[in-house]
Amino acid sequence: MIALNVNGRETRIDVDPQTPLLWVLRDHVGLTGTKYGCGIAQCGACTVHIDGQPVRSCGLPVGDVGSAKIVTIEGLAPAGILTKVQKAWLDLDVPQCGYCQSGMLMAASALLAATPNPTDADIDAAMTNICRCGTYQQVRAAIHAAAKA
Amino acid sequence: MIDTIKLDRRAFLVGTAAAGAGFSLGFGASPAAAQGAVPEVNAWVVIRPDDGVVIRIARSEMGQGTLTGLAQLVAEELECDWSKVSTEFPTPGQNVARNRVWRNFSTGGSRGIRESHDYVRQGGAAARDMLIRAAAAEWNVPAGECAAANSTITHRPSGRTTTYGKVAAAASRLQPPGEIALKPVADWKIAGKPLNRLDTADKLTGKLVYGADIKMPGMLTAAIKACPVVGGKLGSFDAASVRSMPGVKHVLAVDGNAVAVVADTYWQAHLALEKLPIVWDKGPNASVSSASIDTMLDEGLGAAQAFVGNRQGDATAAIAGAARRIEATYSFPYQNHAPMEPMNATALYTGQRCEVWCPTQNGEAALAATAEAAGLPVQSCDVHKTMLGGGFGRRGRSDYVRQAVLVAKQIPGVPVKLLWSREEDMTQCAFHPITKCKLTGALDAAGNLTGLHMRISGQSILASLLPQNLQNGMDPVVFQGLNPGGAEGQFGYDIPNLLIDHAMRNPHILAGFWRGVNANQNALYVECFMDELARAANQDPLEFRRKMLRPKHRVVLEAAAEKANYGRAPAGRHHGLAQVMAFGSYVAACAEVSVDARGALKVHKIVAATDCGVAVNPAQIHRQVAGSFVYGLSAMLYGECTVKDGAIEQTNFDAYNVMRIDEMPEVETVLVASGGFWGGVGEPTIAVAAPAVLNAIFAATGKRVRDLPLVKHDLRRV
Ligand code: FES
Ligand code: FES
Repeated sequence: MIALNVNGRETRIDVDPQTPLLWVLRDHVGLTGTKYGCGIAQCGACTVHIDGQPVRSCGLPVGDVGSAKIVTIEGLAPAGILTKVQKAWLDLDVPQCGYCQSGMLMAASALLAATPNPTDADIDAAMTNICRCGTYQQVRAAIHAAAKA
Repeated sequence: MIDTIKLDRRAFLVGTAAAGAGFSLGFGASPAAAQGAVPEVNAWVVIRPDDGVVIRIARSEMGQGTLTGLAQLVAEELECDWSKVSTEFPTPGQNVARNRVWRNFSTGGSRGIRESHDYVRQGGAAARDMLIRAAAAEWNVPAGECAAANSTITHRPSGRTTTYGKVAAAASRLQPPGEIALKPVADWKIAGKPLNRLDTADKLTGKLVYGADIKMPGMLTAAIKACPVVGGKLGSFDAASVRSMPGVKHVLAVDGNAVAVVADTYWQAHLALEKLPIVWDKGPNASVSSASIDTMLDEGLGAAQAFVGNRQGDATAAIAGAARRIEATYSFPYQNHAPMEPMNATALYTGQRCEVWCPTQNGEAALAATAEAAGLPVQSCDVHKTMLGGGFGRRGRSDYVRQAVLVAKQIPGVPVKLLWSREEDMTQCAFHPITKCKLTGALDAAGNLTGLHMRISGQSILASLLPQNLQNGMDPVVFQGLNPGGAEGQFGYDIPNLLIDHAMRNPHILAGFWRGVNANQNALYVECFMDELARAANQDPLEFRRKMLRPKHRVVLEAAAEKANYGRAPAGRHHGLAQVMAFGSYVAACAEVSVDARGALKVHKIVAATDCGVAVNPAQIHRQVAGSFVYGLSAMLYGECTVKDGAIEQTNFDAYNVMRIDEMPEVETVLVASGGFWGGVGEPTIAVAAPAVLNAIFAATGKRVRDLPLVKHDLRRV
C-alpha cells in the first residue's frame, strides 16, 4: 500500500511501487489531466509538481515519491479560480488541441514561481515541452503576460 | 489486484459538456439536446429555454479551430448572442439515421470550413427564420414586420420583443424554409472577427476528456503490438508466460497481424506485452531498407514511363536547345505525424450492438470501420467523437478503431480502451510519402526560364490508402500545387515549356495524408530550384519569380517580401522566399535567418502571407500559420523516418526529434483576404516554411541543401 499526497489529499493505493507516477495518477487516482505523450521523459506532457518542482511523472516510480506533495493540473486552481498563468492562457487563447497544455501550464507555473520575471532565455531553458500543434509563440507571450499580471 | 480506490467500479461518466462530445454511457447514447429533452430548431441549432444556444458541429476539432469557425458562421446567420453559444458533435450514427442531414464529417485537407460554409450558414439562417415566424405567430403579426438580433426578436411597429429561448419550442414545430439569401461578408458581425476559441477553458484545468482519458465502469485497458513490418503476420505468441502477471485478463490475437494484452490498467497491459514472447512472420518486405528504397526511387528519376501532371509547350526541346541547362535532384523523407495523443479507441461490443468512443478526423469512416470489424449492420453501431489530441491527417485512418473493435469483440459486454504506446504510434503509421525530384531548367542567353522539367519519383498516397481513387493508375494528388489550373492548387509560374511528371514507385511502407500532404515536398522542390535558377541567372530571387508568377501568387509573395523588408535584412541575417498555392489558398513566406561560424542556424523570423479568399477568424488563422511553421520546420530540421529490415527505425521522440520553443521564430502573418473564394488555412503555409528557410540558408552560407533533415548537414559557410 502506497500513501500519496495528491493535490492536498492523502490517498492510499495498492499498486506496484515500480509503476510510474503518471499511470498511478491516471488509472488509479483518476486524474487524467496529466497526459501520456512519450513515456521516456522527452515531451513533458506528464509534468506535475513534486514539492513545487516540475517533474516528468512518466519516469518516476510511484514508490519513490514518498511523502512529497504532488500537484497535478487539476490541483493548480483547486478552488476553481484560475491562477494568473491559466488566466493568461485563457486570454491569449494559447491551446490548440490542448493535449500538451497541462504539461505546459505546470512547467510555466513552476518557472514563474522560481523566476517571477523570466527572460526569453529563461523561458527557452525551462519550457522544453513538445507541442506538435506549435503553440510556442502563444506560450511565450502568455508567460510574459502572466509575469506582468 | 484490488485497489483501495476502486476506480474501475466507480462510475466516471463524462457529460456532454465536459467531453465536448456526445458522450454518455449505454446504447442509444447521443447528445443530450438531440435526445429530445429540448427540441431542436433544426439539425444545426438547439435553443434552450434559458436562451443557451447549442450549435452542432459535424467536423472534428483537433486544435485547428474549425469548431469555433463553424460556430461563428452558424451564429452569424442565426443572429444569436455569441456569449451564449456552446457546441456539440452529432454522432455519425445519427447522421446515418437522419439521411446525412449533417453531410460530411470528414475533417482533412483544410476542408472543414471551406467545404461546408454554405450549408452551415443556411442552417443558421433557416433557424432564425423559424424563430422569427414563431414569434410573429405568437403575436399574430406578419413575420415581415419582425427582425432578430442578438437572440432577441423585435416586432418593429410595436417595439415588442421576445427571446429565442421563449419561442424555440414553437419554432421547432414549424416547416423549415427553402433556400435563404445569406448575408454578404461585408455585413458580418461574428464571422470574420478575431474571436477567442470556444473550447479553451477545459484545456486549462485538465477537465477536457480526450479519447485516451475515457473511463467506464468495468472497463479494461489494452496495449497492442502489430508486426513491425507492414504486410507481415503474427506467427505465434506465448500467452501462458504472461497470463499470471498482475492485472492481466486476456492475451489476444488481433487481425492476424497483432497481439493485444488486456488488463485492469494500462501499465499492467504494457508490462505484460513487453514481456510477451512473440514470433512474427515478417514476410517478403523484411529485407527492405532505406538504401533499397533510395535505389528504387533513383531508377524512377530516369524512367521512360511517367504520369504527366502538367504539360505546356515542349520542355524536352526547350531544354535540349537551351543556352544554359541547370539541373538538381532533391529528396523528401518519410515523416511521422506524431500527434501528442497516441492513437486510441474505446469499444463496447455486446453481440447486438457495438459502440466506439474515439478521437477521429473522420467519424463516418470510423463508423464504417466499426461496423465492418464488429460484423454488424451500420445501424447497430455508433461512434462518439471526442476532441483530438492532434490529428495532422493521422486520424483520418481508422486502423486503431478497427483494432479496438476486434479486441472488444473477443470480450463481449466489457468496454475496452485500446491505447497505443508512443513506440507503436511511431512505427505503425501511414507516413508522409517519400519522393525524390529531378529538376532541369532551361535558361536563355538573357537569363529567362524558357523550359522546366520536373520529374518526381516516389510514393503515391492514393496507392497506399485509396487505390480505388487512382485514375488509370495515376495519382492526381501527387501534383498538389503543380496543376495547370483549378481552384485547389495551380502551379504558380507561367513557363512556356513545362513538363511535370511522376514515376510512381511504391515501397511497402504505407504513405498517408500528413498535414500539408504533397504540397510540402512539391513547394520545396519548386521553390528551392527557382532560387537555384535565379542565382544561376544572376538575378534577385524575387525579381526572377515576379516575371513568371500568376497574379494572386505574385500578390502574396510581394506582400510577404514587403512586410519582411526583403533585401534589407539586418547585418548578419539573410532572407529566403517561397510561395505556393495549395488547399485553395495562395501563400508565401519570407524567412530571416543567420548561420554562425560554427554552422549553427537561427531562424529569427518568418513573415507569411495568406490569401484564403474569405477569412472566418483572423486570430485563429494567425495561430494556424504559426503552428504550421512549427510542423514544417520540425520536419525540415529533424524529421526523418528510416527503414531497416523492413521496419521503421525511429520509435520515440528521442530519435524523432521535433522543434521546441527555443527554436521558434517570430511569426508574423499578413492576411490578404481578397474575397470571392474560400481557401483552406490549416495546411498551406507549412509548405513554404522549409523552402523559405533553405533559401535563406543558401543566402547566408552558399550551401544548397537538397535533402532533409537539416540536422544531417554541416552549415558552415563554404
Ligand atoms: S510522457 Fe512523460 S515526458 Fe512524455
Ligand atoms: S496544443 Fe496540441 S500538442 Fe500542444
